[in-house]
Amino acid sequence: MSKYFLNYLDELESEAIYVLREVWAQFQNPVILFSGGKDSIVLTHLAKKAFYPSKIPFALMHVDTGHNFPETIKFRDDLVSELDARLIVGLVQESIDQGRVAEEQGKHATRNALQITTLLDTIEAHKIDCAIGGGRRDEEKARAKERFFSHRDDFGQWDPKNQRPELWNIFNGKHFEGEHFRVFPISNWTEMDVWNYIKREQIEIPSLYIAHEREVVWRNDSWIPNSEFLTLHDNEKIETKKIRFRTLGDITITGGIESEADSLEKIVNEVSAMRQTERGNRTDDKRSENAMEDRKKQGYF
Amino acid sequence: MKINNNQLLRFTTAGSVDDGKSTLIGRLLYDSKSIFEDQLEAIENTSRQRGHEGVDLALFTDGLRDEREQGITIDVAYRYFTTPKRKFIIADTPGHIQYTRNMVTGASTANAAIILIDARHGVIEQTKRHAFIASLLNIPHIIVCINKMDLVDFNEEVYNDIIKQFEAFSSKYIVTDIRFIPISALLGDNVVHRSENMSWYNGGALLHTLETIHISSDYNKVDARLPVQTVLRPQRDGFLDYRGYAGRVASGLLRKGDAVTVLPSGFTSIIDSIQGPSGELDEAFAPMSVSITLKDDIDIGRGDMIVRTTNIPETSQDIEAWLCWLHNNSAKPRAKYTIRHTSNEQKAMIKEVLFKININTLAHNTEDKDLNMNDICKVLIRTTQPLMVDSYRENRSTGSFILVDENTNETVAAGMIV
Repeated sequence: MSKYFLNYLDELESEAIYVLREVWAQFQNPVILFSGGKDSIVLTHLAKKAFYPSKIPFALMHVDTGHNFPETIKFRDDLVSELDARLIVGLVQESIDQGRVAEEQGKHATRNALQITTLLDTIEAHKIDCAIGGGRRDEEKARAKERFFSHRDDFGQWDPKNQRPELWNIFNGKHFEGEHFRVFPISNWTEMDVWNYIKREQIEIPSLYIAHEREVVWRNDSWIPNSEFLTLHDNEKIETKKIRFRTLGDITITGGIESEADSLEKIVNEVSAMRQTERGNRTDDKRSENAMEDRKKQGYF
Repeated sequence: MKINNNQLLRFTTAGSVDDGKSTLIGRLLYDSKSIFEDQLEAIENTSRQRGHEGVDLALFTDGLRDEREQGITIDVAYRYFTTPKRKFIIADTPGHIQYTRNMVTGASTANAAIILIDARHGVIEQTKRHAFIASLLNIPHIIVCINKMDLVDFNEEVYNDIIKQFEAFSSKYIVTDIRFIPISALLGDNVVHRSENMSWYNGGALLHTLETIHISSDYNKVDARLPVQTVLRPQRDGFLDYRGYAGRVASGLLRKGDAVTVLPSGFTSIIDSIQGPSGELDEAFAPMSVSITLKDDIDIGRGDMIVRTTNIPETSQDIEAWLCWLHNNSAKPRAKYTIRHTSNEQKAMIKEVLFKININTLAHNTEDKDLNMNDICKVLIRTTQPLMVDSYRENRSTGSFILVDENTNETVAAGMIV
């Protein structure tokens, strides 16, 4: 093999850095959508590299449903202070209190869909013209069609059938007042790539991703963590299991898997042997075959 | 799976509705164990609901609701799989003529193209179209898969005839590397595993071919070009005078100590340092993202290009190029567009349409000068300021551009400099 060729992780890294620099050059007020999940952590790590020795020029924006893992919030705050970055928080509770959205009712109620309104309101309030997200095309079939630079109209909506063609690595972020872009620098990464990269770069991640003992309930084929928001259904009981999470969302809907993987090395091995997609444990995606496409059209992440 | 030192291969697939393209991709993913259980379960359910026999692997690649309902691919979809040898990105594009623009989009980033031919029908008009687009976009490797061999009794003669038909017209193009593989996507012959039904075929299966194609030479390693994306000025302790010119090496090799010229100003200097993603480097090559500092303080900004002084691109306001029109709004004579070329942006005007090409017959049409969606033509473009260009054949990064409509902000054309 020629000495002048990058391995696939280096190539993905350089591609993501290139995209982040394009964002900085093409937009006035870009932010990183920071959920505390591994993808947004990797994104932030890449942004650090893209602008070194300058500090990261993007604010981190968190849409807070109020249904958080406490570990996630602590991790977020520690990272923000380490980076000396600005943090913008959009509170779903505030949207509910203002009557902008109504809490879902019933035993399957979640705040997942409510985030859309809070996200779009926060983008508008802060005049954000680009929200950088950690979305990956391998996650879900509607995401497989997503562009690196993805246009949103002034209602925040995605029009999947009328997307701008994206050729070579020339990105067109031109937009009118009130419209914004979602940009996905790690579009081409798979879950495996993210884990391999975290391991290679020794990136710090929330302890939730690593196997630990926790009180959980078996629901929808996964282990839902016990929390103040959990209402036990009939025939459900709280158990203590050694689990870890493959994705982090709301504590009410994010299911864990039983695992002994308590180091990055073991996680990488476990992920490479997985036979289920990581979103398989997210009840928000199980609602219907079009669940993700429908939410994305309305402005979801 | 350990693939840490492995390369990334991007390929595109072209085929029409019935060529079995989706089945082939489904087969590649399924046999390389890249389909997860919950995805398979979903496909099994849908197959059953629609009354299909067995699992319809093609369903795996249908993304959007409309596509699932109509059973066709409308847009470019990206798929990923990994083997112990390589990581792969598939740009799955629709093959029908009305989706030429999507095929062009998928082809723009590809190292390799798979062109599917139905063994029962041989080379047809659309095969020529797919080969022409692959050649226009300068995809370095073309793999022609002759599919549905099971429907022609795995007959070697049928296969050899189709190769002859293909070579008869493709020799007119400049395509460096063409290979042929007889397959059955439906049954899996020569996709991941070598076929037991075609012992007369001595080559490798498709996956083996994808894993071993030599792609290290696909990047231009001769012409050192760094288009500047942004300038890093940290203005903090330890870096008060630091000015880093950040960008992705488009081609060639840049070394510490190299004499460089900054275009369009023409000022010269020496590379003082190269900052890579993980620290200082002595040299950088495509497609690395770096930031470099120079020995002299020169005014440099986004849109400028840093090149080796001994090898300078052409600087011109008049450009001859191939255009693929991508938008519903037709081109208007002498209309102004924004041209985006590397990190540079200028105003541009299509001065003249030289000819349009009929992509089924490849005949030149010099009468009809209207540019409509999916049209491919050769044009003369005039820009307000000079661009630093190389020919697309020599350099895919500095030879490509897009046109943006100033009234709608939409990307309306893709261009390849002649």
